[in-house]
Amino acid sequence: MTFTPSEVLQIRHSDDVVRVRQAVRARAIEAGLGLVDQTKIVTAASELARNTLDYGLGGTVLIETLEGSRCGVRLTFEDQGPGIADTKKALTDGYTTGGGLGLGLSGAQRLSNEFSIDSRVGEGTRVMIARWR
Amino acid sequence: MDRIPILKLGRALLVSIQAEMHDRLAKGLEEDLSERIVQTAARGVMIDISGLEIVDSFMGRLLDNIAGVARLLGASTVVVGMRPAVAITLVELGLSLNGVRTALDVERGMRLIGTVVIDLDDDEFEAELEARDDLHAE
Amino acid sequence: MTLNIVERLIQTDMDALLGRWRDLIVAAGGAGGGRIKDSELQTQCREFLTVLLTGVRTGATKFSDSGFASARVLLDEVSKSRAALGFNPRETATFVFSLKEPLFERLQAEHTSDMSAFAADCWAVTELIDQFGLYTVEAYQRSREDVVRRQRDEIAELSTPVVKLWDGILALPLIGTLDSSRTQVVMENLLQAIVEQNAELAIIDITGVPTVDTLVAQHLLKTIAAARLMGADCIVSGIRPQIAQTMVHLGVELDVISKATLADALKQAFQRTGRQVVRRPRPDAKG
Repeated sequence: MTFTPSEVLQIRHSDDVVRVRQAVRARAIEAGLGLVDQTKIVTAASELARNTLDYGLGGTVLIETLEGSRCGVRLTFEDQGPGIADTKKALTDGYTTGGGLGLGLSGAQRLSNEFSIDSRVGEGTRVMIARWR
Repeated sequence: MDRIPILKLGRALLVSIQAEMHDRLAKGLEEDLSERIVQTAARGVMIDISGLEIVDSFMGRLLDNIAGVARLLGASTVVVGMRPAVAITLVELGLSLNGVRTALDVERGMRLIGTVVIDLDDDEFEAELEARDDLHAE
Repeated sequence: MTLNIVERLIQTDMDALLGRWRDLIVAAGGAGGGRIKDSELQTQCREFLTVLLTGVRTGATKFSDSGFASARVLLDEVSKSRAALGFNPRETATFVFSLKEPLFERLQAEHTSDMSAFAADCWAVTELIDQFGLYTVEAYQRSREDVVRRQRDEIAELSTPVVKLWDGILALPLIGTLDSSRTQVVMENLLQAIVEQNAELAIIDITGVPTVDTLVAQHLLKTIAAARLMGADCIVSGIRPQIAQTMVHLGVELDVISKATLADALKQAFQRTGRQVVRRPRPDAKG
């Protein structure tokens, strides 16, 4: 199987969130995900892209196709923003430091098969999610 | 600047959200709706999201905001046309949309706002068309 | 480490190599006792040698190199066809592994004196063949998983038909255990049916569900929540006395109207949708 090679998208403006959604949707379709799985990962991507923009002060997302026994999509959001002091707290529903609903991180986790977060105060944040067939 | 059109339907205002709404558009919609609700003394706001493939927490917040503003201005809000994949994803995401009522389609949504869509019988329909033609003839 | 040696071994008298390889595959059971037609097998062998040659010529040395992309695609197809025919992994992988022997035979014929050169070349060939052989097993695995997943989804769909009880009233009789993957299929079927039939109410009957623990209840609740988000409401029916007790003891809460029988649920559904069932006097009544 030959898939699209991995790509990196910039997340600097709110228009970029739309672009990220479209790219992830195309990737999910290519990986053979069903409609519901597609919707889940695109929604998770939208949440994390907005977080990157709103809290991370802009950043990037690496979009990769997963091959092999677990065919799917992996996304890695990265920013050099203020970072998250307590990631555990940040992952609880409803917790928000902005005016949001506080569902971004925890929601993205629930919508994904795989989730990991790495954040250091003053350095930045990296969030990885993956969804497969 | 792009604005999402708002249609009047009886005592309701109908808004159709197609895909990809940027923040400016969202803000514009909230403002326009608030004004129109007061202007038309609307009893309800119907938001058609059948064109949305994705509803994330940003959109969820927008819907909650609109419902909140409408309520303060004396109108209820109904969201119609949610796609199955979106509903399943929202449940998993944890977005409950408690401030809004939902309905399967516009007709059902209108009932929730207190308006019923009536089909005229053939005679009434004929009469209606004739009256319209008479007007245009002059 | 270049693979000129592989290039040389393959392109010299390819037909003879093909024949020998094909014989070994059949002898090892790789044709499944005739399940793969000989003409098809020969075509696949020839194609594989061709793409292998092309790949080696681009300078590719590892199976994952881009030069070997066509080779991988071919092996994907070979594995898929074998998996569909019911081959086991060994029978499938023998397509690749059987190529070692004829290649070694040629190496032996070439190297009559230099033992270390012979060993080095053998190692290069072995490494490449092994990589492709393992890739074939992985591809086979993926194909089997796809088949199993498809079958599982089909079963889930067949065992959860959505029934139209009345205009705008659906019934979903659940039979069997409700796990997360099955719930997904059930949810999709129900919601799709709600859209297609323009339903306001769905009666979820769980008479056929053996146990309702917290996990099953969670799945049920998610389904109901999704239906509500779309504007339809649900009634749960068919909770047996033992289930009711278990649920209470477990502290499971179902935030939905529930009735003991489907009949009661239907009565409730009629009421909720503003309908009345009236018994008409029979035309041949006394008189």
